[in-house]
This record gives sequence, C-alpha cells and structure tokens, in this order.
Amino acid sequence: MPADRPVAQDHLRNFCIIAHIDHGKSTLADRILDLTGAIAARDMQDQVLDQMDLERERGITIKATAVNLAYRARDGQEYVLNLIDTPGHVDFSYEVSRSLAACEGALLIVDATQGIEAQTLANAYLAMEHDLVLIPVINKIDLPSADVDRVKAQIRDVLGLDPDGVISVSAKEGVGIDEVLEAVVKRIPPPSGDPGAPLQALIFDSHYDSYKGAISYVRVFSGSVRKGVRIRMMATGKDFEVTEVGVFRPALTQIDDLPTGDVGYIAAGVKNVRDTRVGDTITTAERPAAAPVPGYRKATPMVYCGLYPVEPTDYEPLREALEKLQLNDAAFVYEPETSAALGFGFRGGFLGLLHMEIVQERLEREYDLDLVTTAPNVVYRVILTDGSVQMIDNPVDMPTPDRIAEIQEPFVKASLITPNDYLGPLMDLCRDRRGIFVTMEYLDTTRVELIYELPLGEIMFDFFDQLKSRSRGYASLDYDFLAYRAGDLVRMDLLINEEPVDALSVVVHREKMLPRARALTEKLKEVIPRHLFEIPVQAAIGRTIVARETVKALRKDVLAKCYGGDITRKRKLLEKQKKGKKRMKRVGQVDLPQEAFMAVLTIE
Amino acid sequence: MNGGGPAADRRKPAGLYVHVPFCLRKCNYCDFISLPIGRGGAAGEAAGAGAAGLIRPYLAAVRREADRRAPEIAGRTIEGVYFGGGTPTTLDPRDLAGLLEHVSARYAVDPRAEVTIEANPGTVDVARLKDLRAAGFNRLSLGAQAFQDPLLARLGRAHDAAAIGAAVAAARAAGFTDLNLDLIYGLPGQTAADWRATLRAAIALGPEHIAAYALKVEPGTPFHRDQATGRLDLPGEDAEAAMYEEARETLALAGYEQYELSNWARPGHRSRHNLLYWHNRDYAGLGAAAWSHLGARRWGNVRDVAEYVRLVEAGADPVGESEEPDPRRAAGETAFLALRLLDGLSLTEFAAEHGRSLEELFPGAIGRVTTSGLAALEGDRLRLTGRGLLLANRVFQEFVD
Repeated sequence: MPADRPVAQDHLRNFCIIAHIDHGKSTLADRILDLTGAIAARDMQDQVLDQMDLERERGITIKATAVNLAYRARDGQEYVLNLIDTPGHVDFSYEVSRSLAACEGALLIVDATQGIEAQTLANAYLAMEHDLVLIPVINKIDLPSADVDRVKAQIRDVLGLDPDGVISVSAKEGVGIDEVLEAVVKRIPPPSGDPGAPLQALIFDSHYDSYKGAISYVRVFSGSVRKGVRIRMMATGKDFEVTEVGVFRPALTQIDDLPTGDVGYIAAGVKNVRDTRVGDTITTAERPAAAPVPGYRKATPMVYCGLYPVEPTDYEPLREALEKLQLNDAAFVYEPETSAALGFGFRGGFLGLLHMEIVQERLEREYDLDLVTTAPNVVYRVILTDGSVQMIDNPVDMPTPDRIAEIQEPFVKASLITPNDYLGPLMDLCRDRRGIFVTMEYLDTTRVELIYELPLGEIMFDFFDQLKSRSRGYASLDYDFLAYRAGDLVRMDLLINEEPVDALSVVVHREKMLPRARALTEKLKEVIPRHLFEIPVQAAIGRTIVARETVKALRKDVLAKCYGGDITRKRKLLEKQKKGKKRMKRVGQVDLPQEAFMAVLTIE
Repeated sequence: MNGGGPAADRRKPAGLYVHVPFCLRKCNYCDFISLPIGRGGAAGEAAGAGAAGLIRPYLAAVRREADRRAPEIAGRTIEGVYFGGGTPTTLDPRDLAGLLEHVSARYAVDPRAEVTIEANPGTVDVARLKDLRAAGFNRLSLGAQAFQDPLLARLGRAHDAAAIGAAVAAARAAGFTDLNLDLIYGLPGQTAADWRATLRAAIALGPEHIAAYALKVEPGTPFHRDQATGRLDLPGEDAEAAMYEEARETLALAGYEQYELSNWARPGHRSRHNLLYWHNRDYAGLGAAAWSHLGARRWGNVRDVAEYVRLVEAGADPVGESEEPDPRRAAGETAFLALRLLDGLSLTEFAAEHGRSLEELFPGAIGRVTTSGLAALEGDRLRLTGRGLLLANRVFQEFVD
C-alpha cells in the first residue's frame, strides 16, 4: 500500500498506457498492479481497471480509470505512481486525450506480432501533441511469431523514437515489468506546478455515486485540496463544500490532502450532474485561480441516433438514466426529440458507432430499459438559399430541396494500416465508399499505411466489418474529422403501410440512391413480420416513389397439434410469441421490430 | 385451488394415456420420445440388445407406475384410453393386451370407453390386429402421412404407400370399426397435387376419422439439421395455407366434419379421448415422457426411457417436470384449448367453471378477435372463423400473458 501522505512532489509520476486495441494494455496494467502490490492477490482478476461488465465482456477498455501505486525503485526511494488507463478504440480517442492531459508521460504498447497499427500511430501522435514523454514497450515477446527487431525498426522509422529506449516485455508472463516501472521513474519527469499557488484541478472524468453525489476525477496542477474547503467550478461559478478527497487504489480511498501534481478524486455533494463538467477546472472559493487549466479539445459527437422507450411510461426513467450516464461519459450528448412514429424520446450524439452501441447497451443493462434506437447518422451542414446555415443531426429535419443551396457532409482523414497483400481489396472498398486517395506509405517491407479522405457517413455503413473481412482481420483503421464538404445528397423517406415513418428517413448520395432504396425496402420486407394485412414498404425521394416491396399478409399462424403432452409447451410458446410482439414498436397499425430501424446499417 | 373448477370435479370423466416409446426406426421429423429397435422388432429383445433390451423392464415399470398412480385418479370414470408412441404395435400384441388388462383392472375404465392404439403400416397384420381387438382396443390410429413413396422415404417412414391400404384392409378384417388415418402436409418436396392425391387416397380407404397436420420442423430432428444447412425444400407458408384449405374443402365434400383445427370425423366418430384434452379435462399419463393433468397440477414424466425405468424400479416418482398453472393461466388454457374446436368456447360454461367471465379475465379480448375477423361470437359461443383457423395463434395469444 502506498505510504500515506505527504509524498514529495518530485517523487510523483503520472503516466498512462496507450495502445492499439488488443495489444495488451489492460494486461500490462494488471501486471504493474501486481508488482506494486496495489491489490491483494485475492482481489486480483483479469482487467482490473476495466470495471464495467461490458468492458470485461468485450475485452476492451471504454472508460479511462486511474490507480495510485507505491513503488520502491532501484535507487532505494519510494515513489508514488498514478497510472491512468485509456481506451484503445478509434471512437474513444477523445477519452485518450483527456487522460493524456493529466500525465507527464505515456507507455506506448506495440504488439510484437502485429507491429504498429492505426491506433498506435494516432495515440502516439496525440501524446506527442501533449508533449508527453513516450516510452515504447514491445509486448507479447513470448509468442512464437513475435518479431521484436522488425517492430523496433518500425518504431524508429515510423515514429522517430530511439530504438535503444524500447523495452521488451511479456505482460502475460510478467517478463520485463520492473524495467517498465524503472523507466517510468527515470524517464518521466515529476509534475511541475506551484503548491503555494491557488488550486487548479482539472476534471478528467467523473462518475455518479448515489451516496456521495457526483465524484470528479482530477489532476491537481497547482495548490492542494482537502475536506471542508469550499471549491468553485470555474465553468459555472458554482461553489461546493468538499466532503472527501482521495486516491484510487483502485477503489476510492480517502486521504487528508490531495497535493499539487497528484491524481485523485473530489466529492463535494454535487447532486446536479451538470455541475461537474469533464474538462472544467476546480479552484477554491476563497482564493480562486486566475484562469482555468487549458483543457483539451471538447468532444464533438460525430454520430447521432434516436433513443426511444418502447413503453411511453419509460420516458422519465430514460431521461434520468441519460442524465446519469452522461456524468460517466462526458463525450455523450443528448436532447429531447419527438418523432411522429416513435413518440417522445431523445436524440443522442456519440463519438462513433462503438460508443453508440455501448451507450445503448448500458441503458438497457444498467438501467433495465427497453429501447428502440434509430439508425445512426452523421451531422449535415446545410446552406440554405437565403445564405443561412443549419446543422442537421436528424435526416427528418432536412429542409425541402427548394430551400437548400448546398448540403455538406463530414469528411474524415482515414488511416488504414494493412499487410500489402490486401491493398487491392481495401482500395476497392474505399473507392466504393466515395473515398479520395491521398497517399500510401510503406511502414516496412510488408505493411502499408493508406491515407484516404472518406465521407464519415460511408464509414458507418458496415465499413469496419468490410475492412476486417477483406483483410482477413489484419487491417486496422483510425480516422479523424477533416472538414465539411459539399456532396450530392438527398433525403430519402420510407413509407410503411403508406405512412412516412420519420424515424426511418436517411440521407443518401444521389449516385447510390436507387440501389440503396431497393436494398433498404428489401431488408425492411425481410425484418417486418407479416401482419394480418398486406403492408407496402416504399422508399421515396420527395413525392416520388423510387422502390417498393410488399410484406404479404400473414396466412398461417397456428399450432397444428395440441394434445395432453403439448399443453404446457404450447402455452409457453404463445406467451413467448406475445412477449415478442410487445417488444416491437407500434407505428400506425404496424409493429416494427428494432431491426427495422437498423436496417439501413445492414444492407450492402 | 380450483375447488369448484373442472379439474377437481370427480364426476367429470377422465382419460388415460400410455406411452410406448419404441418404433422400428426414427422418422426424420419426429421429436417424440421413442427408441428405434429395428426390423427385428421385439424379437431382438431376447438378446437384450440395445433399445430392444429395454422393452421388458419398461413394460414392468409402466405396470408399476399404473399401480402407484391408481389412487390419484380413483373413482374417476375413464372414458378414453390411448396407447401412443413411438409405434405401440412394434411390441408383441400379448404384451400390449397384458398392459391394457393391467391398467383396466386398476382404473375405472368405462365399458364403452374409446380405447385407441396407434400403429404404423407395416407393423400390423390381420392376426396381430385380431389379438389387439380381442384384448379390448376398439380404435386404431394409423400413421399414413402421405401416399407417395418418395415423400414417405423423405420422411424416413418404414413403410410404402401400398402398406397403408394393406393395413386398413387388415384392420377391417380384424373388426376395427373406428379407424383414423394421420396425414401430414407441408412436407419437403410436396406439391399441391401430391397433397390432393393423398387426401383422395385417404378418403378412398374410408376411415372414420382423419387427422391432417402441418409439418413442424422440431429442434433435434434430421429435418431441423437439413433446414439449418438449407437442404429442406419446404413448400412455404402460403402453399401450406393452400393445402390446409384444400383439406377442409375436400374432406367436407367427402362427408367428414371438421371438429378441431387438425381433426375430421364422420358423424359419431370424434375422438373422445382427444376431446378430453381440448375440454381441459383430467388425464393420467403412464410411461416415459407421458403427461398427466389431475386437479390443478400438470406434470410430465422424465423423457429418458432408461431413467424412467430406473426411477420406477427404485420406487421413486418418475416425474420430470411439473407445473401448477395459476387460476388465470388455467382459465386461459380452457379458452385456447376449446377454441381449437370448431364448436368453440361456451362463455357460460367457461364462467361457470372458472368463476369469472372471459371478458372479466381478459378484458377486450373478445372484441379484438371478433373485430379482426378471426373469431365470431354466435350466441353463447366464441369460435374461430374460416380465416381464424389458419391464424389461430393470434386469437389464442389473447388468452395468455
């Protein structure tokens, strides 16, 4: 256990681990925790820092978490290390950026069998932008296919880092971990910052506790904070009295004083989640800092979708759940929205598709809500004929064509790293998705980085799965917002049983309009169950029907046999059928399953 | 519970089901509990080989279970006895006769009771059937299924079309005057013409009763595996519906009255045993996987034949699963079972049995099913319409939660 305070500021080290997904970041974090004895062996489980069930199940890190460790270095001195875990998926680069802001250094993990991947590059560049000291670590050296020399060469050639500084480890086998900790102590500088100056604590994350209220995860940049102090949130100017400060071991552990340079938490009985904004700076009411810590770029939601309760009575619980979820997830935004088809609900904004899926899953699991979610879309920038500009995050809000001068869509700069064997199929994929080729660069003799400019909207249609299947799983992807660009885009509406269903409207490129209209109506025909009547499914541009399918009337739904041994089973079957129907959303006379709203994602 | 309900009413008739889990071979669609013993049939049992070796211990176990259960249903008049399978007639007629005699001595079987035995063409001849008739079986249910040899082969049946006619002739010669033929439609590769021919061939044989079932592909069957690998060319929902309509018309024209979703009979020949199920009456089930319904409780014996034998031999209750539907569920069952019958559900009888009206228990349901045209209310009776027969689940769902 770390010695209790005080720790000299020059014996503090704040660092994070950054890596491409699956390169072993969470395993290395586990080993570091082992070695520093932060967690008793009996409490040890895999992926300690991945606290959400979802994280463990998916084997990914979604939220940044921190842990405070004591380490006696080879110089015989005791250091306190704050390790901040970061997500590795492209959607969560924003979370990575927040974690980086709290650190002076970063361990950059690269898989010895895979080499540099798209998020390795993206995260490394991000760390460099934050002026962090990078310690390259090659992991999985125990695997037969490990090629340490090749990966070292990549680190030198692609990232420009000194290959002699690379540490080779096997997190799984626990090999080389103490070398890593020594490097953290020796190479990463202690935090600077004036302990005598007014308090400046940057909120890099938060979570809601039903007893303590909103808990802010902070990095103290100057001054210090303790229980009883009146703090001020610099963004809102609101004051609160601190009820508790502490550190992560990794459970929240109360301490007396959170000093300059340290990483920990502050609880101040904050009941309204909006009062602890991630990125805000906390200071004291008595002696406020002159200015907040320069934060980091605000998360910009790239993808939007509708979130509706299946049962209208779940609207209020959904609103409360969203509010709480947002506190744990600063990148997620939402606002109320009404759909003619789906009733009262919300429009949620997300960093990407995985982020969206995770929020949806958390709402259903942690808050036990049955949801209908609409297909995601990007935000369009629409220039109207009167010169004004509208940002459209729901296709149904798209103005009528006569009022539109131009529709712009978000483009991203996408980096695809792939073995050169799959160059052809991947270039075909990008071309098919309206991608514009920028450059191609060999990372070594067999691995290539492709740079494309792609409409973000096209990446949402099953792009990632295609990328993986066309490269047998070997290609990786990262992307960053580039710019809004004009496109020949039109809004397409879907009519079910002659009624337009607003929640199904999509914006499509004119070139792809007809095939997409046909694929979409076919898909809807497939997923909409037969009803007692015939249901036309139509796609329309304005008033013109461009595709039509028919869900034929149900002819037969009967259990042919029912004798003594069947009665219990048959009743259960009927109960199940009925439950299945209840989970669908009734739009007009038609029961639509969740798949109908996602149909647009699964066509191609 | 259900003190005044039908199940506990000792004056109401009850049924007795005996499961015989042996057959010549397993059909490709069958998910019943049945062990194939092969062509050697019961003869193989001497060697004690495989499933055949289980026959003796099984028969002994069923007798023992009959003894054990007798008090539970004491004093109830048994109106229907049914030996189902499997293929009961794969066993020696003397064994079947012995078993019937054993249960008849312990249960109050009405002298006029309907006593049915299931048989498959190819497992019966005049001599065997005469023995069964003499033993007290008075109704024979033959698994004909189809009259096209390729379809029978595809089903994995152990007989050809010619054997069906032979079995019917043998049954008549043996003195059976109550004969049922089972037919299946919606078979892989079956055409509308095939089905029409099957109906005509069945009618030509002049059975008193015909049951026509839509094929249902059950998990764990060879058909299910074929379906999963895309090798099962089912005719599809619309074609199946057309086949059902064809059966209704053809059989009506030939003088068969439809009295249940899948059952037709000449006047006076409805299956009394099966009607007990649809009237939600009591029945005792003996043997592996057999279900019983007595009072408020319904239970099924363990499905594994060897385990069943082991349990009964050890003096234990062979029950595998059981439930006691609450009064609302029980009432729903009364409703959806009765609605399977073309006579439908009498609302007054329902209210008398369950103490509350159907409308009270399931508010709005009658209105919804009649408005949708799937059911109609005529006087006191709610019954399915012609369209409702094919969409019966939509009606039944109103009476479950």
